Amino acid sequence: MLTRARLRAVATEVVGPYTLLRLERGGVDPGIPGQFFMLEAPGRLLPRPMSLCLAPPGELAFLIDPIGPGTRALCALAPGHEIGVLGPLGNGYDLSVERPLLVGGGIGIAPLPYLSERLGRPRALLGFRTEWHAEAAALVPNAEVCIEPTLVTELLDDDPGDVLACGPEPMLEALRARVPGAQLAWEARMACGYGACYGCVVDVDGHYERLCLSGPVLRGTA
Amino acid sequence: MIPGGALLLNASGCLDALEAPEVARSLDAFVTKTITPEPREGNPPPRIAEVEGGMLNSIGLQGPGIDRFLVEVLPRLHQLGMPIWVSVGGFSAREYAETCARLDGEAVAAIELNLSCPNVEEAPETAAEIVAACRGRTGKPLFAKLSPATLDIGGTARAVESAGADGLSLVNTLRGLSLDERTLEPRLGAGSGGYSGPALKPVALACVHACARATQLPIVGMGGVMTGRDALDLIVAGASAVALGTVLFPDPGAPARIRAELEAGAAAHGFAEPLLARGRAKGPL
Repeated sequence: MLTRARLRAVATEVVGPYTLLRLERGGVDPGIPGQFFMLEAPGRLLPRPMSLCLAPPGELAFLIDPIGPGTRALCALAPGHEIGVLGPLGNGYDLSVERPLLVGGGIGIAPLPYLSERLGRPRALLGFRTEWHAEAAALVPNAEVCIEPTLVTELLDDDPGDVLACGPEPMLEALRARVPGAQLAWEARMACGYGACYGCVVDVDGHYERLCLSGPVLRGTA
Repeated sequence: MIPGGALLLNASGCLDALEAPEVARSLDAFVTKTITPEPREGNPPPRIAEVEGGMLNSIGLQGPGIDRFLVEVLPRLHQLGMPIWVSVGGFSAREYAETCARLDGEAVAAIELNLSCPNVEEAPETAAEIVAACRGRTGKPLFAKLSPATLDIGGTARAVESAGADGLSLVNTLRGLSLDERTLEPRLGAGSGGYSGPALKPVALACVHACARATQLPIVGMGGVMTGRDALDLIVAGASAVALGTVLFPDPGAPARIRAELEAGAAAHGFAEPLLARGRAKGPL
């Protein structure tokens, strides 16, 4: 059932250049790591898709990069303010993996803290542009961090195990080429998050598919 | 009249009833995404951009084509148990007409002719010529969806009425462009796109009003409807039904909310039901 809940903001916390927005959970299911929620951005027409970062008791938390008017409005939410929240949506990570390795880059680490918790805190490789951005690595247990120009793909072993990743497109493309079968969470602009707008398509095997329905986690094939 | 007496519909391309059946069922009829003769991949992403007063989209009529639609999609839509309107597109009058002929034997409540998609090349014929070609190939109710970027929309409405249209869908999106503030490049992969959302409402109201005065055709009004009050305004301007588009993206619960607000708003103006307000705009117009 597609029901938009109204959830109250508990707090916002600064994490390097990012903001961790904590909402009261209400009756909303946190879903599977990698699934996403459409968050109403105050003063904007369209909600913004955000993967769940953390699911502390009674709360849902989202790591947001304030890159435009919608994300800036979300980062500026005052405690007590309510927003509409639709989700969980889409397909998350397949958690039945034997040798999980989390790989993240930049704001793409957003779904990894919740994923790490659900997988028993496996090893993680995280890449960031600057030390300031890398402050977000504190959210992910057992993380090894590299800063550009070093790339996370340079830290990969020859046999990296079951890779579960989220990050910028060049990183995901590199992983797709290097690790067939890796679970990669992609990003796209979305108006609705539930298959109505056809705005979020990505090329899957030569055809445009709606990322909100087919993803955001897709299996990479080289 | 509006087939089946539908009051609230979705705007074509703004809802996938197979992915969100409960949202579709909260409407009185479901209008499909535009069906073209051949399958189409649609336009390259990015396809969506929020802008002042609304949003731009550049989907480009992505769809399965009429063959696969009839075999794979329409039978599943019928399982919803609600009236289905099929939106038809094409790149010539002949293409529109042949697609209408394919639908003539199907259990569809109406055909909406998308004569005004801002994201693909237009057919060379006029709206009236396309309607006339389709009229010759189907007995289904034909609704002509017109562009608001029409110099004399009342005249176009009269022309499609003479050509055999049974109703009007007003309005499609307006063509718009938005540039990235850093790169100065278009924010959409295809360049420009269709502008929808709250900014379209006064444009839609003027078009509905002009066409209601120019013809006797029933009108499905749409454009920037976010609230029941917006829906009531379209009815007051002359619409007999209202379609919801952009509002469905942020709020899949919009149909139930808008229906309740519309009934309350009509009652507050002394109308026992919303359609009693139809065409009751006052003053010099």
